[in-house]
Order: sequence, then structure tokens, then C-alpha cells
Amino acid sequence: MSAADWSVLRPKRSPHSLATSEPSGVRAALIAFAVAFAVLLLVLPLATVFVSAFASGIGAFFEALSEPDALAAVKLTLWIAAISVPLNAVFGVAAAWAIARFEFRGKALLVTAIDLPLAVSPVVSGLIYVLCFGAQGVLGPWLMEHGIRIIFAVPGIVLATTFVTFPYVARELIPLLEEQGDEEEQAAISLGASGWQMFRRITLPNMSLGLLYGIVLLNARAMGEFGAVSVVSGHIRGETNTIPLHVEVLYNEYQGQAAFAVASLLAALAVVTLVAKRLLENRLARASRNAPENS
Amino acid sequence: MAAKRKRRVLPGFGLSLGFAATYLGLVVLLPLVALIVKAAEATPSEFFAAAFSERALASYRVSFGASLAAAAFNALFGPLLAWVLARYRFPGREAIDALVDLPFALPTAVAGITLTALLASTGLVGAQLAKLGVEVAYTKLGIAVALAFIGLPFVVRTVQPVLADLDKEWEEAAATLGAGRWRTFRSVLLPALWPAIATGFAMAFARGIGEYGSVVFISGNMPYETEIAPLLIVTQLEQYDYVGATAIAVVMLSASFTLLLAMNALQRRLGAAKAQEVHA
Repeated sequence: MSAADWSVLRPKRSPHSLATSEPSGVRAALIAFAVAFAVLLLVLPLATVFVSAFASGIGAFFEALSEPDALAAVKLTLWIAAISVPLNAVFGVAAAWAIARFEFRGKALLVTAIDLPLAVSPVVSGLIYVLCFGAQGVLGPWLMEHGIRIIFAVPGIVLATTFVTFPYVARELIPLLEEQGDEEEQAAISLGASGWQMFRRITLPNMSLGLLYGIVLLNARAMGEFGAVSVVSGHIRGETNTIPLHVEVLYNEYQGQAAFAVASLLAALAVVTLVAKRLLENRLARASRNAPENS
Repeated sequence: MAAKRKRRVLPGFGLSLGFAATYLGLVVLLPLVALIVKAAEATPSEFFAAAFSERALASYRVSFGASLAAAAFNALFGPLLAWVLARYRFPGREAIDALVDLPFALPTAVAGITLTALLASTGLVGAQLAKLGVEVAYTKLGIAVALAFIGLPFVVRTVQPVLADLDKEWEEAAATLGAGRWRTFRSVLLPALWPAIATGFAMAFARGIGEYGSVVFISGNMPYETEIAPLLIVTQLEQYDYVGATAIAVVMLSASFTLLLAMNALQRRLGAAKAQEVHA
């Protein structure tokens, strides 16, 4: 039971509880300040997106969304996520298995390398792919000879998105697998299960909540990435514009309401992500509390 | 040694490590090597001229200055928000707690146009501030506001779990010894919290110097005035100045990696402090 639960059981006015909590005036002032702060910095911007999206009525809202370029942007964004998310999820599972279950040389280096993309500016993340695969890039001449186009085309957008979302699943799964320990898997193997059976019946079910949590965050970032994608996309309307890039185009053309209408799709995704994240966090906390005390 | 051999009973080591390392090499390391190769193609004098031109230096000042201001703002108010969320129960607490992650979840371009719309002189908040003679949109202040929004969760989410885990016994002991709440906060809570606050500050700062999407809309993008370093990279790339873009990117990367190492050191310290608490 946490400290907060105990305080309910204590008589309200005992000197004991007063000693470790603030005078009610201070408490009320702190809460009021925090609420005002959160409303101004968090609630107001979120509300603004939806209010601005419907500023010219529902008709204009749907018009902005059903325009061919908007539809193309939605389709492209879904495609990008459909490729980047599974790739990084599989990588996350493989990396977590190797790192959490085995000792090997260079492990610390691998863990640091996985975090690298988080430290890189989105713009630099895009730039490195331009320098690698662009016309002036290291591999540019070779790609040109073979007629392969990566930069200013969909493959470049997929690569840049994959780079910026690279660590999300691995970072969730490594500590989770370490915490869970390998007793169940050891038991399965010693009872004669094959590697695949062990993975499907024990490892995957045990990690499923954490995996889902990582995928939710990964997907939100993949669909919303702006900086990295903007550098590699070339901004070809209806072809290489993702939803965030389409928002930028509309905004810069002074079509504010249309920009916010399209942006509201991403804001809705953000809200769904926050709710899913919270639900999964609660379930993860419950799962780790209910786990047998074997660690 | 025996433990090590026993561990290898589990299957899939070669497969998982092989796949992870290959994928990491292709997606992350290969393009980073391309950056270094490209940077090495320029002569040192070319490189330094591009990396430390007047305009580049001005953009570093804007990026680092605004990030520092925003991270400091968050280091001040983030712990306060974390304190209220961790210690008090009030209606709406759950919703605010969940919303703290909004800057993580909301795509940066959406944050950018929204903050601009709110803070422009015609906007809901901007109009009120304009009456007071404060201009936010298209100034350095605007950049700092966008970065404060982006950086908030880093500080709150590093401080909050530390606060929640902190044993109330320490505070009770301080009270028994005659310390008031303020004295307890200064001498007991703050020393326990500062590594988390410092980590959150560093994370918010690191995110700020690289941030692009939420800033470009509100910043006005005037060279020497409100041009952030990531935008300068984009501008030079659009003018096919690959040496310039690469040189600035190398400076930014070096700064980020230095910060990453500093944060890892801080986090180890945080971990060590936690371990000590468990043993106590």
C-alpha cells in the first residue's frame, strides 16, 4: 500500500500527518497553480487544434480531408507506418532477447548504439540519408546507374522514419525481459520445447504488454514525424507528402482551417495514443505486482 | 563462467544478435558513416569556415540559448507539477497526469502551428500579451515557448517516479527532529530529487537543440536573429550547400553525443542513489 493510501486512514488533524504534509493553504495553492499551468500549456493547445479545425464548419472540415492531396498524404502515412513499425518491432524483440538473455562482449556498446537515434536532431537524421543515398551522396552515383531512387521518394521517407523510431520497442522490452528473468524459458527448454515453441508460448505472451506499449509509442512517432521526413521527401504534392508535411503545405499557403482540419487527424491519434499508453501502463503495473516474487 | 555457460542453454542467441546487429548497422550506422565520409571530403579550412561562419555561430546561439532557457523553465516548474501529481489527490489529476505526455505524442508540426496560432498577435493568448507589450510569435521568446512545451514531459517524467518511490520515513524523521516542511524540502527532498531534476533538464535541453518541427512555424526564421541551427541545415541543403549542411550537422551531433554521455553518467548516479536507498 502506498503512502497516499495510508494518509486516508490517519486522523486528519493529527500532528503526525501535519508534519509530513503541507498546510492546506499551501496545498491548495500548489494544486491551483499546477492545474492552471497544465491548462495553459497542455489543454489549451490541444483544444485549439480541434476548435480551429471546425472554425469554418463541418462541411469545410470534411472538404479539407477529402481533397485528393490530403487523401494521398493519409495513404502514404499509413504505408510508411505499415513498413517502419513492424521492422522496428521485430528488431526490438531480437535486440531485447540478445541483450536481456545473454552475456557477450560489446553489449554495453550495442545498448548505447540503440539509443543513438534519440540523441540525433530529426533534421540531421534526414540529412544523413541524403548524404548516403542522395545524388551527391556516398552511394548516389551507384544508385543512379542502377536507376534506384531513394531520396525525394518513398524509400527515403521509410528509412528516415525507421531511423527516428528505431529504439522505441527495444527500450521498452530490454528492462522488461531483464525484470522477468529467464526461469520459465529455461524450464521450457529443459522440458524439451523447441526454440520456436518457447518463444511462442512463453516469451511472446510474457512480453506482449510491453511490446504493445512500445508499438503504440513507435506508431505515434512514425505517423507524426516531421523534421527527418521533410528533409528527404522533396515535398512532391500528392506523391511524397505525408500528413505532417501536408499540414505544413496548407499552413504556408494560408489555408489555416484546412491545415488544422488535417492536423486534427494527428491530434486525434495523439489522444488515442495517450489513452492507450495510460491503459497499458496500468496493466503493466498490475502484471508486475501480480508476478510471483522470484527476483 | 559456469553461470555464463548455463545461460547459453537458451536458444536464438546467434539469430537475435545477428539480426539486431545487422539491422542496426544498416539503418543507423551506415548513414552516420556517410556523414563522416562527407565531412572528411571537405578540407579542414572549408569545414571550419562552414561550421563556424557568422551565420552558423548566430544559429548555435539561438538554438542553445532558447533550449537553455526552456530547460531551465521546465527544471523549475516541472518538479512542481510532478510534486502535485505524485503527492496530492484532486479531481482531474488523472487527466492532467495523462496529458503531461501530450508533447511526446503530438506531432511536432501540429504543436508548431497550434502554438503559433495561439501566440500570434491575433491569437487567443498572443492578443492579451500584445496588450502588455509582449511579443511572442516570431521572436526568440516564441522559440523558447515552443521548446518549453516540447521539453516539459522530460522533467516531469524523470522526477515523478523518484517522488513516488521516496520513503515517507525520511520526511517523518526530519519532522521528528524538528524540521519544518520547508526545511525538510530543502535538506531532505531536494538532495534526493536533484539527480532526477538534472537528468530531466539535460534531456529537455538535448531535445531542444535538435528540435525542428515545433519551432520553425513560430520562430520567424530570420538569419542571425531567430534562425535555429537545424533550420540552417535545411536551408543550406535546399541551396545544395552540402559542405555547409554537413559541417553544422557534425557540430550538432558532437553536442548531442556529449550530452548523451553526460546524461548516461547522471542516470548511473541516479541508479546508484536508488540502490543505496534499498540497502539502507
